[in-house]
Amino acid sequence: MTVPGASRFELPSDALQQCIRCGMCLEACPTYTLTGLETESPRGRIHLMDAMTHGRIGATARVSLHLDRCLGCRACEAVCPSGVPYGELIELTRAQLVRPSRRRDLLLGAIVARPRVLDVAARVGSLYERSGVRALLHATGAIRLLPPGLRRLESLYPPLARPRYRAPTPPSAPVARVALLLGCVMRVAYGDVHTSAAHVLARLGVEVVDVPDQGCCGALHAHAGDREAARGLARKAIAAFERAGVDALVVDAAGCGAYMKGYGRLLADDPAWAERARALAARVRDVTEYIASLEVPAPLGRLEARVTYQDPCHLAHAQGIRRQPRELLRRIDGLELVEMPDADMCCGSAGTYNVVQPEYADRLQRAKVDAILSTGASAVVSANPGCMLQVAAGLRARGSDLPVLHVVEVLDRAMRS
Amino acid sequence: MDLLVRLASICGRENVLSDPEDLLVFEYDAGFDRSAPSAVVVPATADEVSAVVRAARDAGVPIVPRGAGTGLAGGTVACGGAIVVSTSRLRNILEIDTVGRSALVEPGVVNADLGAALRPHGLFFAPDPSSQRASTIGGNIGNNAGGPHALRYGSVVDHVLGVEMVLPDGTIAAFGGRAPDLPGYDLVPLIVGSEGTLGIVTKAWLRLLPLPEHVHTFLALFPDVGTGARAASAIIGGGIVPAAMEMLDRTTMRALNAAFDAHLPEEAGSLLLVEVEGLVEECRDQVTRIETLCRAEGAFGIRTATTAEERDALWKARKLGYPALARIKPNNYLNDAVVPRTKLPEVLGRVNGIADRYGYTIANMFHIGDGNLHPVLLFDARTEPIERVLRAAAEILRVAVDAGGMLSGEHGIGVEKEDFMTWVFAPEDLDAMRRARGALDPDGVMNPGKVLPGQKACGDIPTSRIKRGLAEGMWV
Repeated sequence: MTVPGASRFELPSDALQQCIRCGMCLEACPTYTLTGLETESPRGRIHLMDAMTHGRIGATARVSLHLDRCLGCRACEAVCPSGVPYGELIELTRAQLVRPSRRRDLLLGAIVARPRVLDVAARVGSLYERSGVRALLHATGAIRLLPPGLRRLESLYPPLARPRYRAPTPPSAPVARVALLLGCVMRVAYGDVHTSAAHVLARLGVEVVDVPDQGCCGALHAHAGDREAARGLARKAIAAFERAGVDALVVDAAGCGAYMKGYGRLLADDPAWAERARALAARVRDVTEYIASLEVPAPLGRLEARVTYQDPCHLAHAQGIRRQPRELLRRIDGLELVEMPDADMCCGSAGTYNVVQPEYADRLQRAKVDAILSTGASAVVSANPGCMLQVAAGLRARGSDLPVLHVVEVLDRAMRS
Repeated sequence: MDLLVRLASICGRENVLSDPEDLLVFEYDAGFDRSAPSAVVVPATADEVSAVVRAARDAGVPIVPRGAGTGLAGGTVACGGAIVVSTSRLRNILEIDTVGRSALVEPGVVNADLGAALRPHGLFFAPDPSSQRASTIGGNIGNNAGGPHALRYGSVVDHVLGVEMVLPDGTIAAFGGRAPDLPGYDLVPLIVGSEGTLGIVTKAWLRLLPLPEHVHTFLALFPDVGTGARAASAIIGGGIVPAAMEMLDRTTMRALNAAFDAHLPEEAGSLLLVEVEGLVEECRDQVTRIETLCRAEGAFGIRTATTAEERDALWKARKLGYPALARIKPNNYLNDAVVPRTKLPEVLGRVNGIADRYGYTIANMFHIGDGNLHPVLLFDARTEPIERVLRAAAEILRVAVDAGGMLSGEHGIGVEKEDFMTWVFAPEDLDAMRRARGALDPDGVMNPGKVLPGQKACGDIPTSRIKRGLAEGMWV
């Protein structure tokens, strides 16, 4: 049976065939555990992709709904015994689906990909914050008068008043030369996290080379369905980092790192770029992965704190990095690491998910905040800007002012003392 | 009133699915039979289940209960216009009685989640099917699941003290209970393994056991499958019952190493994964005797898991081994048959011969301690017709039955093997089973077309038609 208009949808048969419907992914999936519905499970979504590829169903609004509800957290991929490349499948699927939210996603893509446009947007936001309007709205409770949609966007608006990235003084006899991905959202919203990352690296004898024209990694675009834009950005980034001639490309945003490690597959069918993409991808390191691979002094500074660590999905599931950030934290004198339940369960941020799927995102956020508060920790540590924003917004909504820090910020503070 | 409207009024609109795209994702389980239900409903309480059953009954629509859909025999695949009643929102652990060592749980509780909840109390629920990280207690009960540790502890039927079940007319009735040895008919063993044909279990009282003082896990490496099988036979024959004893062949080891970096010794033709449990002294004695017997049959190496992490890694590899085989060929047909242990070496030889003749790669990874074979035929459904695979599987089943074995050790009969029931049961036996079923479900509205042969409900499933032909053609 072939549905008219369905023939255009296609996914690589090898990747689809790899799923044997065993169901071992179900319990790893945040949306399945929330709903108990097979339609909101990885296995169900793969079955829908398969049915569309074989023309059994069309790319209907109903199918799109289930596929859009996928967080793209790739927890399923990490537990899949058969090795289904789910992340790739959902990305290729989104590139082929026409969805109502597409225009908004593309607009977002147009902003974050263009440094100048992003800067203007950031300045407007920054003015909102620095002018005190934001504080006033919150202090007077007037924020509650905003319509729910706007209030949600407001709560997730990045903290634009944070200081910009400042490069450290290079070490006199560097043990290695690396580049740091400044990216898009991180650059304007978490410049000070980059500063911490670079200072920690410098203190460990690593030179952080300035790489102009690096742009955005393309992950946000690809996750929103614009794979072509992502490929364009990937080529630009590859060229920029190649010119820098560094030992490693260090990334302090897990989502970007995961995406860049997959550049080889992204450009595999582009003969001019395939090899270059593979070569660059092989040098990408998450900042915690990179620091843990160095010979570092023990202890790594001192900081009296009781913290809990939230695994970013694209660090734990997509890159398989769980041990390194915890090890680094444990090496800090005076710091106690308390595990929260389900630390590697998605917090609901997932790129733009919290804006387009507010109900599911809120439920995941509440569960995450419960888990965090149950530890009695005095700070939450993570390693990805999206998670940090989402967790902070969730904590604020519950009246908690628990600080949310990146691993490198904690290391920076500890090593400064 | 329209059935869908009534179901929505019982469970809420978001918990009733009827769009064709939605129903499509309920057409499968982990096996090969496919058929979509006419609707799916996901109740959250026993009362809702009861109301759903009444509504379906009033509408004259049959019902298929479904847990996580990890079964391999099509037990939860809905045919004949049936609706699926999913237990996935009934997932509360209601009570853990640490003194009386029992737990009261809802059917949608995931087996592994129960294990995790019990561990801090020093207790465990013994059945550990390989699907346990996703499969539910309800599904485990429906199929009388086993798992590697069934060797020492028995199957689910040995660990269910009682159930609350919604009967096919919507009545909620309790069978058995927390206390052992209740008077009257003990229907619990009839319900366990009935594959959803008698009703929908909404609560279960489970027997819990104290975690053993000591666990010792090791691998014995053999040059080939035959020597490993003879060693397993000698161990059981010697009066030793390990907690678990699994055989893995080289094909399986390769897949597991690729999937989990399991570091299994691919230089071995087969290995036995053996676990003994109990008091430290008892374990030490058993291990020595098992190792001696293994070496006498030709084992050329013993590797012991020295840490809990190493042990967990071995079991993870073993339990997720079947889906990991998809890394060799994209499809695999996992057979389930039981043979008398003394016939193991001979049966394994014949099974491998069938695979050779058909040209399929075969992977063996199974509960050798209780003779529960799981030969897995590896193939690519894009190029190799399913009919041929089913034929080879039927021949394997025939070999097991001819050796005095059984159709299934733990996966159930479902729609996969109901026609083969005539190979092992006389018409009188089957008729008695039909009458027992009829006592609780006289109209045959619960999971029609499953377990017992000769029903029409699932006749349209293509794989089912092929298997019926095989069952009848090979019965001489």
